[in-house]
Amino acid sequence: MTNQTKYETHEHDVLIIGAGGAGLRAAIEALAAGARVAVVSKSLLGKAHTVMAEGGIAAAMANVDKADSWKTHFRDTMRGGKLVNNWRMAQLHAQESPERVRELEQWGALFDRTSDGDILQRAFGGHTFKRLCHVGDRTGLEMIRTLQDRGVQLGIDVFMECTVIRLLTDGNRVVGAFGYWREQGRFVVLKAKAVVMATGGIGKAWPVTSNSWECTGDGMALAYEAGADLLDMEFVQFHPTGMVWPPGVQGLLVTEAVRGEGGILRNKLGERFMEKYDPKRMELSTRDLVARSIYTEVKEGRGSEHGGAFLDISHKPPEYVKQKLPSMYHQFKELADVDITKGPMEVGPTCHYMMGGIRVDAETTAASLPGLFAAGESAAGLHGANRLGGNSLSDLVVFGRRAGLEASAFAAKSPAGGIDSGQIAEAEHDMLAPFERGDGENPYTVHRDLQNVMQNLVGIFRTEEDLTTALAELEKLKQRATRLRVEGSRLFNPGWHLARDLKCMLIVSEAVARSALARKESRGAHSRIDCPNPDEQWGKQNNVISREGDRMKLRQIPVKEMPDELRELVADDK
Amino acid sequence: MGGFSIYATFRAFEGKFYEAAPYLSPFYSPLIDPHHHWLPLWFSPAMLILAFPLGFRATCYYYRKALYRAFLLDPPACAVGESPHRNYRGEAKFPFILQNAHRYFLYAAVVFLCFLWYDAFRAFWFPGPDKTLHFGIGLGSLVLLVNIVLLSLYLFSCHSLRHLIGGKMDCFSCTTFNLKRHGAWKKASFLNERHMLFAWASLISVGFADFYVRMVSSGIIKDLRIL
Amino acid sequence: MADAILEVFRGNQEVGGAKQYTVPITPGMVVLDALHYIQAHLEPDLAVRWNCKAGKCGSCSAEVNGKPRLTCKTRMDALPTDKPITVYPMKSFPVIKDLVTDVSWNYRVNRKIPPFTPKPGTDWKMYQEDMDRVQEFRKCIECFLCQNVCHVVRDHHKKEEFGGPRFFVRVASLEMHPLDNVSRAKLLKDELGIGYCNITKCCTEVCPEEIKITDNAIIPLKERVVDEFYDPIMKLVRKIRGAPKAG
Ligand SMILES: Cc1cc2nc3c(=O)[nH]c(=O)nc-3n(C[C@H](O)[C@H](O)[C@H](O)COP(=O)(O)OP(=O)(O)OC[C@H]3O[C@@H](n4cnc5c(N)ncnc54)[C@H](O)[C@@H]3O)c2cc1C
Ligand code: SF4
Ligand code: SF4
Ligand code: FES
Ligand code: FES
Repeated sequence: MTNQTKYETHEHDVLIIGAGGAGLRAAIEALAAGARVAVVSKSLLGKAHTVMAEGGIAAAMANVDKADSWKTHFRDTMRGGKLVNNWRMAQLHAQESPERVRELEQWGALFDRTSDGDILQRAFGGHTFKRLCHVGDRTGLEMIRTLQDRGVQLGIDVFMECTVIRLLTDGNRVVGAFGYWREQGRFVVLKAKAVVMATGGIGKAWPVTSNSWECTGDGMALAYEAGADLLDMEFVQFHPTGMVWPPGVQGLLVTEAVRGEGGILRNKLGERFMEKYDPKRMELSTRDLVARSIYTEVKEGRGSEHGGAFLDISHKPPEYVKQKLPSMYHQFKELADVDITKGPMEVGPTCHYMMGGIRVDAETTAASLPGLFAAGESAAGLHGANRLGGNSLSDLVVFGRRAGLEASAFAAKSPAGGIDSGQIAEAEHDMLAPFERGDGENPYTVHRDLQNVMQNLVGIFRTEEDLTTALAELEKLKQRATRLRVEGSRLFNPGWHLARDLKCMLIVSEAVARSALARKESRGAHSRIDCPNPDEQWGKQNNVISREGDRMKLRQIPVKEMPDELRELVADDK
Repeated sequence: MGGFSIYATFRAFEGKFYEAAPYLSPFYSPLIDPHHHWLPLWFSPAMLILAFPLGFRATCYYYRKALYRAFLLDPPACAVGESPHRNYRGEAKFPFILQNAHRYFLYAAVVFLCFLWYDAFRAFWFPGPDKTLHFGIGLGSLVLLVNIVLLSLYLFSCHSLRHLIGGKMDCFSCTTFNLKRHGAWKKASFLNERHMLFAWASLISVGFADFYVRMVSSGIIKDLRIL
Repeated sequence: MADAILEVFRGNQEVGGAKQYTVPITPGMVVLDALHYIQAHLEPDLAVRWNCKAGKCGSCSAEVNGKPRLTCKTRMDALPTDKPITVYPMKSFPVIKDLVTDVSWNYRVNRKIPPFTPKPGTDWKMYQEDMDRVQEFRKCIECFLCQNVCHVVRDHHKKEEFGGPRFFVRVASLEMHPLDNVSRAKLLKDELGIGYCNITKCCTEVCPEEIKITDNAIIPLKERVVDEFYDPIMKLVRKIRGAPKAG
């Protein structure tokens, strides 16, 4: 193999792509199982998107509400996901998350406490009981720091600021990855017997999003390109409350805890409009419903000045607000000149979370390609059509652990695969082409146009017409993306980085649009104006996307049948 | 601080005008051998006394900061850049490694504080014509009282005290005794946040108290009797 | 709307200099927005680190008008526009390109610190009163602004001997953890060189998380070092009691 000498090459048993909660948890487990492990991430260690999580991690520990158990957690998750979830994932998640939280504590995490000295839990939308273990409003930071320190202590190799641009396959088995160092722009070959994808979400395909720049759907796109199945791509969660003003912070998350603490939503006429849409649960209804309600108010002309709704917590004593929502208080004060103890915030829906992703096996997290595993936001199945708040952080540790365990087991029984220099040469060529073009488009322009297509045509409310237009527009954008031009050198060049990320965003965007077009019903986060109701047939099917040559193929698979005892748990009795 | 040192040293060497019944200058408390029965004549007892409060202040975490920034320009201000000319050792080596003795000065300061409280208390008892003591309030009494209160606040907000009183423990909730110390630590922490304020306020008040006693004692002004 | 002129460092450790850009100001704009504007419209290869744009990840540190700041939390309207707004990389770390610096030293220091080691047989009960003090330290977002501003690193280049405020904060979070069972005093004294800190508080002044680094982390740690190394009485007491660690 000629390429071995040409590129910097590293060899490990398990390669983990992504250093968020899922990736780090997988790394810790694989190390503990004795594997040689490397973690790659696009940014510095400890900066992954997981740091932004605020509200908490859901686990039925029953520290506050003694009646809680994995069964209720399972039920809430399934019903929140409108029953198209992978039931086995939901079951494992509900059963294992308390243990995973305790483990975090044993590694040094410091959760807020009850007066009995146990981990304190708070209420959140869609959860029957007080279930979210938290650290003020910076739970994600605590989690990532804990995992990071644990990983460093065990001795993981971390490749920071290194972007993977292609999975390498031997036959159809995944045997490594090819990437580049963002700093110098040099290429690197990462050989591994097993690869875990933990690359997070896809929010950056929309202009208004709570996600960081890293969320460009790389893991899903790379897996798709290598031949793996993607599942449930139509289910994109829009969080009802993102900031809408000033423009620079548009989309920035306003935590659900504001509503949890008693925040009230009003339109510009001062009406508490949730009375119309969900008189029972009001502001604490599920995210999809609140997001749609705000959107409807704005569309019908009752929105605020900058196209949002008013969220008001100023009826609570100022001291209380500052104590319970410190980062929200500062966020609005510093970035929007609004004192939330005195007046309302302007909020609107923001693209927040991807329920869909790489299709995996519940027990092993194995993707449909041998040697590939996936966990966290880049994997699909647990959340079905809509994710409950707090269920993502627990997802990361439950399935991150499983991925690490299974990947190291797979690596232990597999020989090293062969590296195909043709695949590397092709990836390198594609990557360098934008430098060589004398003339071409600026990647930033194409990115902005893609975002506009997604916002306007594949947003909260969808119609057949919009989605068809979107697919046509995406086709044009794909063409434009083959003619990008990048200036400057390969040294830390954001324009060049974006040119690559753009390809991934285009793939996932197309997958979202295609799946959304196919699902002719409204369910969870997916709402079709032309098919406003849930459809029984669709309730039994999941959309699967896979690659066939250069074309994207969509097919349906039946939702997995639950065993009877679990079916009873989720039955509509209350 | 510089000015204070000079004034204090001058006063220490001066060796007189330290008492104007019932007031005693804080520089000369506790009153040791004022009539030089066993100390050499040039040696004012205040020098002995002063060594401790000055040492206490010089090793105080707040004054250390002020000292390094203002006198040693290390650093002159944040992020402005100083010249890395000499071999910087911080407090890791001699002489500043001696700063670690701060808690011993603290212990001494506690002793002094007791004397000063006693003096402040005494300042409310005026000798009557019949040589008995009567309760009374003069401006000097108030000056000494304010002074001692500020000094106490300064001392109780000390970082070392905060450490010794509870900060050194890792687990407050482990025993009931620790829980009590947690309460004390929280109070010390509250005061500690204002340590800089108390440092300055008490410095000024000590100087002023001494100055006042000196003025009264040397007869330049007369104490104002309030009660 | 009015325009602002940004003077941004372009180049690397060897060559480089300031370059000026004109950026239209929009309401509520922060310095990071202005840098993004430059990337999208003027020079796509301007290198900047950022992630969250919400002051939560600590990636976007730089020196704005000479002050170490998070660029995503520095409002343009809080800066004077009559002269160019300068944006330079953190001075204490080697520049890789433009505003991106090599902060790997910090990760190396972190590795020296022994991890959280619980007492054997603990029942994992912890109480909020023990938690409050340590949770302050856990707020750290590793922006490394304190490391950058500390004159021991910045001007005296003691990177080998000194750990820096960020890692005193981290050690404090471990030392004061109610269930932790090891002492890091020797490490603090010898390897992290806590004695080099002369408590001049610049770190506290720049911390975006408003951690009282000097008062709550460094000074208490210095006191612990005194306990173990400079206080003969404490040493004696420990000897008599035979306890390995205070607390
Ligand atoms: C503002 C906000 C608040 C939230 N609050 C909560 C909450 O309270 N509770 C909850 O449960 N969930 C919450 N979530 C959701 C949750 O934080 C995320 O879903 C979760 O953190 C995703 O973690 P992850 O490990 O899957 O991926 P991420 O944390 O997104 O990490 C992805 C990693 O992959 C790396 N990567 C990506 N592409 C590549 C590539 N091509 N090559 C190399 N590396 C790559 C990245 O560098 C990064 O390290 C919140 C989300 C947001 C945006
Ligand atoms: S207080 Fe110490 S650590 Fe902080 S900036 Fe000053 S010298 Fe550095
Ligand atoms: S202590 Fe503060 S300034 Fe230092 S790295 Fe942490 S957050 Fe940044
Ligand atoms: S720290 Fe200032 S008196 Fe002790
Ligand atoms: S971008 Fe995350 S702190 Fe500024």
